[in-house]
Amino acid sequence: MELQSTSKQTKTAQPMVELRKVSKWYGTFQALKDVSLTVHKGERMIICGPSGSGKSTAIRCINRLEQHQAGQILVEGIELTPDFKDIELIRREVGMVFQQFNLFPHLTVLQNLTLAPLRVRKLPRKQAEDLAMRYLSRVKISEQAHKFPSQLSGGQQQRVAIARALCMEPHVMLFDEPTSALDPEMIKEVLDVMVELAEAHMTMICVTHEMGFARTVADTMVFMDHGQIVEVAPPNAFFSNPQNERTKLFLSQLLAH
Amino acid sequence: MISLSLWDILHFLLLAARWTLLLSAIAFLGGGLVALVLLLLRYARPRLGAKFVYYYTELFQGTPLLLQLFLVFFGLPLLGIEVSPLLAAGVALTLYAGAFLAEIWRGCVDAIPRGQWEASSALGLNFLMQMRYVILPQALRIAVPPTVGFLVQLLKATALSSIVGFNDLTRAGTIVTNATFQPFLVYGLVALIYFAMCYPLTLSSRILERKLGRSH
Repeated sequence: MELQSTSKQTKTAQPMVELRKVSKWYGTFQALKDVSLTVHKGERMIICGPSGSGKSTAIRCINRLEQHQAGQILVEGIELTPDFKDIELIRREVGMVFQQFNLFPHLTVLQNLTLAPLRVRKLPRKQAEDLAMRYLSRVKISEQAHKFPSQLSGGQQQRVAIARALCMEPHVMLFDEPTSALDPEMIKEVLDVMVELAEAHMTMICVTHEMGFARTVADTMVFMDHGQIVEVAPPNAFFSNPQNERTKLFLSQLLAH
Repeated sequence: MISLSLWDILHFLLLAARWTLLLSAIAFLGGGLVALVLLLLRYARPRLGAKFVYYYTELFQGTPLLLQLFLVFFGLPLLGIEVSPLLAAGVALTLYAGAFLAEIWRGCVDAIPRGQWEASSALGLNFLMQMRYVILPQALRIAVPPTVGFLVQLLKATALSSIVGFNDLTRAGTIVTNATFQPFLVYGLVALIYFAMCYPLTLSSRILERKLGRSH
């Protein structure tokens, strides 16, 4: 019930990310078909769907790791255009966590975290390091600051990746299947960090198959299939009473075991 | 025929070897700079420079170095620019090394996983920052063996500059041979000196590789 009320609250807040009839093709294959979504400040949106449904492509368009070919994408009211100066400004405010962590292997954990604050935000080193240590302790990994990524477990690496994104103090966080490459025993430690973030009302768009996590944190559930948005609903309705046949099928397959 | 002691011959050759080293250093540093610019042009967006880089490397890889040397040495005077043998050889070898190093380094940059570009883009780093702090440091590690391999070739290729009259080690060997009529001895010494210059390079490559590899 508490989640419901926050969700209502956020509906009145300003839109952080807006997709308006976004389409994208790879050659002749249409990966996204008229995808429209609005994510408000503080809203936590979970996108799920079978593989190849376009959910990763959709969130990768938001910080222009992929370019959409039709429709509009607005981040904090600014439209994404091929102008690269704008893209860099938007990317500063949009954090991203990848399935494969993508930490910089030649830099220590601390250097991974301070790189963007130092070079992009131009913070003094001391301030950048303080910031980094603060976020490292937030993801409970500050004792690893001087190790290299390869010396950490997968779960630890992903927590470092989350902290690295947070160091830019982004207004929105994108998660692209953050636990899919992890061993089962490490999934929880990453989800715990994400739940904490969600509880702090970070605006989040998260592609994941972790339905337990989704149920806990989501304000909005989105189901995608074949490049289209099939269903958008609050989690209670989404899980207990899905409207679309494809959503029902997908959920029954996920929850079958 | 003039009779020279072995020491005299060696002394003369070693003095000339300094010019070979100088020319090699010019070619490598100049070529490295040219290659770095070509590399940035190749990856920068929008990709306006990529076509130019392609034609440049194809041109210099597809023609003999000797002809490039001739074209610079005889071609620049036609444009009213007088060039010394050192300048001609320096320019030709720089352009030549630039093309090859650009290709070698391109392979190393391409070997860096796409996720590294994506993660650094997502953090808001611009192209030059990505290159400087994320891509090139990782590419450097894998670039050491092929780069040193090419450097060894480049050092040996400076021998061609003797043809346009540059007083390098090879030309000194020819001069001494003409005076002493002992080609086997003299060219044997010349070869040994080339080897003595190249061997430390490959050795340092191994040490450097180990050093750069340690941090992972």
